[in-house]
Amino acid sequence: MATTLDAAFAALADPTRRAILARLAKGETTVMELAKPFDMTQPAISQHLKVLEDAGLVVCRVDGTKRPRRLANSGIEAMEKWLTMLRETLEKNYDRLDAVLATMEHHKKGRTK
Amino acid sequence: MSKLTLKTEGDTHVVVTRYFAAPPEAVFRAHTEPELIQKWMLGPEGWTMPVCICEPKPGGKMRFEWTNNKGQGFYLTGECLEVEPFSRLVHVERMHLPDPTPDNYVETTFEPQGDGTLMTVRMTLPDAQTRAAMLATGMEHGMEASYQRLDTMLVEGGL
Repeated sequence: MATTLDAAFAALADPTRRAILARLAKGETTVMELAKPFDMTQPAISQHLKVLEDAGLVVCRVDGTKRPRRLANSGIEAMEKWLTMLRETLEKNYDRLDAVLATMEHHKKGRTK
Repeated sequence: MSKLTLKTEGDTHVVVTRYFAAPPEAVFRAHTEPELIQKWMLGPEGWTMPVCICEPKPGGKMRFEWTNNKGQGFYLTGECLEVEPFSRLVHVERMHLPDPTPDNYVETTFEPQGDGTLMTVRMTLPDAQTRAAMLATGMEHGMEASYQRLDTMLVEGGL
């Protein structure tokens, strides 16, 4: 379990792989379609896909000669994890802002006395 | 108890709300006066904002530069679009990492609630992919914070 999570985080550490996940979040896609927006060859994209598949974030379906990829359920959970992380960063900022506001109020009260 | 809410809306919006125990004027000023912004808009521990330009008027420039204790850095540029003192701000921003991210339109409202302020930040991204990428960037910074907390624990011998 811990190994899978490590692999998922390592897979997410690369911007191209995050962009691939973002694209797959919109729906099932072939490798050829996935390669289009990137300045990369299909084998390079396939390499990234393999990392994502090994991490359990992406699954492959066999459809005749095509191998369309889609987001695995754990991939969707990974997206939710991103939200959680962003929330933590914001919470840290706003906790600091609470302290700044407390100082401002204090100064204001000090002035009016 | 968490005072912050963060949710996605439709394909392209992210909406954040937060209550502050201070009047709208103070919260608004903390979002528009550089010397105040520099005290809190810092992200994970270890980051500072040595450069902060914010001109809260229509067409006014924004530029925030962050750096950490390892010499890494990135910056944000933007323009103020609408400014209604103490109640509403609309601006557009982009991160430079160093390539600029697509424009993020941000509407921030400050409503009185009891003795404090309910702030609502509504971000509008060009498309779903950009939104996912932005949320992913948030993740990187969150992870950085987690790693730094871990570093601290290790140094202090907590583990």
